[in-house]
Formats: sequence, structure tokens, C-alpha cells
Amino acid sequence: MSGHMNLTLKVWRQKDAKSKGKLETYEAKDISPDMSFLEMIDVVNEGLIKKGVEPIAFDHDCREGICGMCSMYINGHAHGPKKGITTCQLHMRSFKDGETITIEPWRAKAFPVIKDLVVDRSAFDRIIQAGGYVSVNTGVTIDANAIAIPKENADAAMDAATCIGCGACVAACKNASATLFLSAKVSQLALLPQGHPERAARVEAMIDQMEAEGFGNCTNTEACSAECPKEIGQEHIARMNREFFAAKLGSNNTK
Amino acid sequence: MSWFTQTIFSTSVGRKVIMALTGLFLCTFLAVHLAGNFQLLHNDGGQAFNLYTKFMTSNPLIKTISYVNFAFILGHVIWGAYLTIQNKKARPTGYAYNDPGKTSSFSSRWMGVLGTMILIFLLIHLKDFKMAYMGLTEELPMVTYTLENGDSVTVKDMYYEVTEEFESPIVVVIYTLSMIALGFHLYHGFQSAFQSLGLRHPKYTPLIKAVGFVFWGLIPLGFAAIPLIFFFCQNH
Repeated sequence: MSGHMNLTLKVWRQKDAKSKGKLETYEAKDISPDMSFLEMIDVVNEGLIKKGVEPIAFDHDCREGICGMCSMYINGHAHGPKKGITTCQLHMRSFKDGETITIEPWRAKAFPVIKDLVVDRSAFDRIIQAGGYVSVNTGVTIDANAIAIPKENADAAMDAATCIGCGACVAACKNASATLFLSAKVSQLALLPQGHPERAARVEAMIDQMEAEGFGNCTNTEACSAECPKEIGQEHIARMNREFFAAKLGSNNTK
Repeated sequence: MSWFTQTIFSTSVGRKVIMALTGLFLCTFLAVHLAGNFQLLHNDGGQAFNLYTKFMTSNPLIKTISYVNFAFILGHVIWGAYLTIQNKKARPTGYAYNDPGKTSSFSSRWMGVLGTMILIFLLIHLKDFKMAYMGLTEELPMVTYTLENGDSVTVKDMYYEVTEEFESPIVVVIYTLSMIALGFHLYHGFQSAFQSLGLRHPKYTPLIKAVGFVFWGLIPLGFAAIPLIFFFCQNH
């Protein structure tokens, strides 16, 4: 077929969490430039199955950039070299025919590899469970103008809420820090009146949980925002820091 | 642990506050130190500089601040080392193929190495001048000046020590390279400190960036200029 590409893949293969993994080389032949990156892996996996080789395990679900499941470190970038997209939104036309592509799992102590390219991101779930929610039922839908919210705050809260929890920020950070993820979750609730009653306890509990999970410290390299598929900005980190100081200095929690 | 020690030891956000506050204090120290050093360029045979050195090492308030300054340097180094060790532990297995150059600045990724270079420089610098002034490594000659009010004072000739040191090309190269490292360290460090403190605002962040240029650009340049001027203008 004309216009189709042949690629060399170097893929991290690891049998299970306890095994030692290594990069294996595979040929991806006759790949359409219109395929998504995950479809390309599907094609390679079909070939592997036919040869009797165990297919490459990888996380995926919606394949339209909203679920946050796909998680590949492609040619040195979380979700590949393009900005503002997830791996499933990356197309093969972003690569050159004959190119060698290195595919690795997210690397962080808090995200242990389960198999091949699949990592355990339940650390994020535990951070959310520590306080990333509003405790009371909000009841039926109330009149839209019953609680006045400045448009600016609503927009900033929405920007923060676009975080899909994929973990690209942790993967891209040289310190494997979860600060951008945390700041998005703290911001989305701190900016809205429904989140205010619990804001001090929330930020303290979520940061404590982040420490317990073994993520690194933020050193403001800003790589997280550059690699975030939702392009969540650094201003959320500054806001979370302010929330944290206000909580620490002002709350009655003396521990 | 009290809430305060828990915050500055056990939370990443708190630890970064210590880095930010000690770092910014050390920035103000740099500005004062450079202002003092410029007296070396007075062309008065070192009188202004020597009298200033005497004042800085005998005034009780300045001496107190200098102890605080050493404590802050130590704090910045210890917390920095602690953060770096933790950050390395947070990624036990690295990437086989990584391309961080497109998403973060060189300075931000090399802060630990740049900081270590500055620490080594500080130790050399203290040995060269502080220990010499204290009479630990050598005995400085004394010099007597007659002041405007007719009094005469005898002080250690620190200016002589400076001219001696900066005759050596090796010393001048070490000092210049160290100031380049300082510039890169502050290129990230100065504005990063404000972000760590949560001080980010569309109105004031441009001001922080502008003042940052003074600290990462002009101040290291000013420091580096002095050994270069001594080496090239006074010896040849």
C-alpha cells in the first residue's frame, strides 16, 4: 500500500511487577499514517499473537482523550512528542517512515510497573480518597444563580477540572512529583463555594497522602505543564501552595 | 512533632518554603556583598575597601547577620541535599530514552549540580579571604590611614590580599566559572522561590522576572568583573 510506514519499535517488556524487564525490538510494518498510536500497537500485537508471542500489555479505554488510562512514554515524552494530547490522540503521521520509536511505561516509585507498559496508578486514587471530594450530598439541581460565582473562578475551576489523572505530570517530572495533579484537584474545589467548607482539611490531608505515596518534591521545572495533555498551568501549583500555607497557619489542627 | 516542624520537614511544600526563604535571603546577601566589593575599584590604594572590611568584621549587628547568613547557607545546602536525595528515590528506575530539554530549562534540571559548584566555590572563597583575614592561613600586613577628622587607624590590608589572589590565572578562572554557575542557579532559583511561596500573579510575576534578571544576570556579572579587572588591568 502506498504511503504506509514501516517503523522499528523498542518496547519495554516486563512479565509482572516482580520480574526484571527490558527493551525488546519489534518491526511495525505497513502502518497507516492515519492510525492512532494505540491502533498501531494493536496491529503489532496481532502480529505477535500470530507468531505465538505474548502481546504487549498497555492501558487504554476511551481512546478519545478523556478517560486518562493510556500512559506511554514515547521517545522521551509522556504521551509522545505532541503537545496537549493523550497517547490515544497521537497519530502515526507525527512520525517519519523508518523511524525508531522507544516506548516505556511511566517511571515513578509511586507508579510501580504491573506488566509491560501498564503501571499501578492507585496512588492517585488514594490521594483523592484523602480529601479530593465534597462530603455532603449536593441534592437536586438548584437555580443557576442561587450561588453567585465569578466567571473568572468558574473558568479557572473548569481548567483545573480538566485533569484526567493520567499521571503524565509525574512521568515527565524529573523528581516524579505529583504536584500538578494535586494542585488541579485542590484548585477545582478551592475555587468554588461548594468546596470552601473543607478546603483547609482537604489540602492538608491530600498533601500528607502524596508524601506517604513516595512522590518526589516539586522543583518548579514546569515540565509537567508542558507534557500535560490538558495543559494544566503552573498557576494551580501556586494556588495550592497558598491554600496549604493558609491551612497550616490558620487551621486549628495543631498536629 | 509540632505542626510547624511537621510542615517544614515532612511536607514537600513546606520543605520548598525553607529552600525559597533561605535562597531569597542569600540573594539579598549577594547584593550587599557586591556593593561592598565595588569599593575595590575606587582606585584609592584600597583605603575604602580596607576600612569597610574593618567595619563589616567588627560591627556587632553586621557580625550577627553574618552568623545568620552562614546558618542560612547551611540550611539551604542541607535542605537542598535532602530534597535531591528524596527526588532521586522517587524514580528508582529511569527512562532508557528521555528528552527533557524541550519541556524544562537547563537551569531547573541542574540546580543540585550548580548549587554544589557554588558550595565548592564558597569553601575556596572562605579559605582565600575569610581565613586569611582571621590570620588562620597567613598574616596580613597592616596599613595605617589618616581619616578626615585627623584620627589615624591601623587595619589589616585586605586589599593587598585581593591583589595577590587575583594575580593567579587559576584563581581568576575558578572565580569566573563559579559566577557563571551562580547565574544559572539564580536563573531558575530566584523566580522559582516566589512560585514555591505561592506568589504568582499576572500583575506582579513580570516584575519578579525583571528583578530576577538583576540577580541572575547583573549581580554574577558584577562579581565576575572584579577578578577580571584586577587580573587584566592591574597586573599587565
